[in-house]
Amino acid sequence: MSAKDSVVLSDMKPGSRGKVVRISAKGPLRRRILDMGLVSGVEINVKGVAPLGDPMEILVRGYSLSLRKQEAAEIHVEVM
Amino acid sequence: MGLTYQSVGIPATREMFNVKVTDNRSVIALAGNPNTGKSTLFNALTGLRQHTGNWPGKTVLQSKGSFIYKGREYTVVDLPGTYSLLANSVEEQVARDFICFAKPDTTVVVVDATCLERNLNLVLQVMEITEKVIVCVNLIDEARRKKLNVDIQKLSELLGIPAVATAACTGEGLPQLLDLISQVVCGDLKPKPKLVHYSSELENAISKLEPKIKEVLGAELNSRWVALRLLEGDKTLIESLEKFYSQEMIKATREVLA
Amino acid sequence: MSCRASLGVLMKEAREIIGICQDEVRHSIVNSIYQSAESIAAGTVSSKAGKNMDWDRRIDRVLTSPVWGFPIMFGMLTVILWMTITGANIPSAILAQGLFWIEERLTELFIAVGAPAWLHGFLVLGVYRGAAWVVSVMLPPMAIFFPLFTLLEDLGYLPRVAFNLDRFFKGAGAHGKQALTMSMGFGCNAAGVIACRIIDSPRERLIATLTNSFVPCNGRFPTLIALATVFVGSSAASMSSAAAALSVAGLVVFGIAITLLISWLLTKTLLKGIPSSFTLELPPYRKPQIVQVIVRSVLDRIIFVLTRAVIIAAPAGGIVWILANTMIGDTSILAALAGWLDPFARHLGLDGFILLAFILGLPANEIVFPILIMSYVSGGVMMELDSLEALRRLLVDQHGWTWLTALCTMLFVLCHWPCGTTLFTIQREQRSWYWMAVAAVIPTVVGIVVCITVNYLVRALGLI
Ligand SMILES: Nc1nc2c(ncn2[C@@H]2O[C@H](COP(=O)(O)OP(=O)(O)OP(=O)(O)O)[C@@H](O)[C@H]2O)c(=O)[nH]1
Ligand SMILES: [Mg+2]
Repeated sequence: MSAKDSVVLSDMKPGSRGKVVRISAKGPLRRRILDMGLVSGVEINVKGVAPLGDPMEILVRGYSLSLRKQEAAEIHVEVM
Repeated sequence: MGLTYQSVGIPATREMFNVKVTDNRSVIALAGNPNTGKSTLFNALTGLRQHTGNWPGKTVLQSKGSFIYKGREYTVVDLPGTYSLLANSVEEQVARDFICFAKPDTTVVVVDATCLERNLNLVLQVMEITEKVIVCVNLIDEARRKKLNVDIQKLSELLGIPAVATAACTGEGLPQLLDLISQVVCGDLKPKPKLVHYSSELENAISKLEPKIKEVLGAELNSRWVALRLLEGDKTLIESLEKFYSQEMIKATREVLA
Repeated sequence: MSCRASLGVLMKEAREIIGICQDEVRHSIVNSIYQSAESIAAGTVSSKAGKNMDWDRRIDRVLTSPVWGFPIMFGMLTVILWMTITGANIPSAILAQGLFWIEERLTELFIAVGAPAWLHGFLVLGVYRGAAWVVSVMLPPMAIFFPLFTLLEDLGYLPRVAFNLDRFFKGAGAHGKQALTMSMGFGCNAAGVIACRIIDSPRERLIATLTNSFVPCNGRFPTLIALATVFVGSSAASMSSAAAALSVAGLVVFGIAITLLISWLLTKTLLKGIPSSFTLELPPYRKPQIVQVIVRSVLDRIIFVLTRAVIIAAPAGGIVWILANTMIGDTSILAALAGWLDPFARHLGLDGFILLAFILGLPANEIVFPILIMSYVSGGVMMELDSLEALRRLLVDQHGWTWLTALCTMLFVLCHWPCGTTLFTIQREQRSWYWMAVAAVIPTVVGIVVCITVNYLVRALGLI
């Protein structure tokens, strides 16, 4: 798996799109992320950030999910 | 060794969930992702007034109600909304344990018609635990408003279980749902869930484990599902098994001695 | 061999068979399930939407914008409070007049049948009046505030509040969903405590539980509203209810600030830890079924208040009457108790009767203010309290209230021990007497500290 053109989700700007390539979180956080439908291969859309810059809101599998940047930093995305 | 307390008919563990156990009373569980309208549907079915609200997590206490349809009495249990049944949280464990151990006569999985993909995740998981599943595609009015069309017939075929479209807050589709529930409960309609196939690696492991699980648990739980939980190292399931069956066993011995 | 043991053995065996780590097994399982879900969804859902007008996104862009996000939250709260204040005025007056008219008729009846004075006192001036006060002061604001709040809830605004505020909660070492549990606390703190179950991390759930009572519940709002109307609202007639609404909204914001501060302190002391993860689905906005929601929640509130009036306020009224009319020497028990509390209460900017009302109001917050009025009235001349103006005369002219007394009382309404029901709920949810005690001590200490500070600061600055 090439990691060269992948970025972490927390670095993506509102309005950008991408495909999840890898989740580096471990344990319960990883399980939580997976259960919300964020598995590798899924397409995501960054919708925006909260007034104070954190958390962020993304569109995945047709619904809006908010997550903290700290968690988003564990999700590696290939920008499209 | 096998478990000696093979249940016949009504699972005895059901009593542990404070569900009244009588012969002429069937238990229906409402499962589903948060905010899909379970409580709204519960209210529509039972005439009760559970609180509802447009945010995930409104219901945290499991509530019960009942209704009578075609001369049969039904107890409905409104389970907390969960995204999965893999026991990452207390709610998920509660919902899972209810389906596993109270063994509802039918589990209605309420899904959001506007967000089917994510909701199917849970449907597929429930199907692995029990065959008696109905999928209730709720919020169909919202889907129409967003110009989404859900092919209910096809959905039912692909999943192998009965499906119905509803709008819980207007009562649309409720008669069909009631009809399906009673058919599944009576056994007139036998859902044949089409289960997820896993990687060959996993499938191999599952087939090696299944017979051994059957030896321990008999037909109490679906052995394929238990195998998957063992493979991913889910300790909460073992704890729950202990909790529900050891008490059961104690009770059984007491009855024998008395 | 128990089934735990044999399954434990099987789990070990499972690990050997599969050979890869359990996290990876989980990933592979979830992956396969989602692949099935994707293909099924693709085969059944078709979209006829042409150019998609994403209204949700547009609304969100405003409601969660860096510039407008917070002002809109504050604005919505103020508008709801303003509607409550203006809307509650008239029904409150009508209810009060009606209920006091009935009281007079009851009195006539008691005289006509020649009932002893103590029976009339206990039943009419105590039990009946207690219930009547709760109904007339508490019911109208509750029956307006709650439906409006429910409409916001059904619209889907609450998750956006949590989204906007999460950064603060993260800073305090708490969970963003705490904002949701606080929202439920507006309705009833016991419900707020139960709602804490949505927070997975036990540490953060406990923080949310311990701080929930800093949100004024429906039993406390009417008191705040009544005091704000009497003391802030009486100045400029046209702007009065807006000013009163603003001051109550300001108090709510103060409560949120205290919540964050205490959460942060707990994170640093009793409940050390780092914030866990936060994921929250933001549901689409939905048009609520307005008429149905309003009718239902108004009815809900009426039933709720009437039941509480009968179960709690009526007996409390009876007890207060007995305390006020049983003499030890030449003072009543009530006055003696108040006199005993008075020196301490003065430090807080209150008086003995106010503090006593809070103590007697432990079973339910909505009886605090009625108890206070009853104990004030019982000592002095009888008067008709059927308007806010009369209430002002009672507090200011007869009992020497200043705006500082009102401010300190409002602050103490916001920060004091949770009501009995809430404490009981905390005990049940946490299965711990210790945490229940902590939940009672924290807001009480905060209330005492805040009131003393405000009281002495205002006096030192010569503002009064
Ligand atoms: N338009 C429309 N709205 C619905 C329908 N069913 C439910 N709702 C609304 O959707 C929101 C969520 O409904 P609930 O019944 O509280 O959902 P729930 O599944 O119990 O949610 P949790 O308790 O959080 O798991 C409420 O605001 C309902 O009024 C429906 O069929 N159509
Ligand atoms: Mg619900």
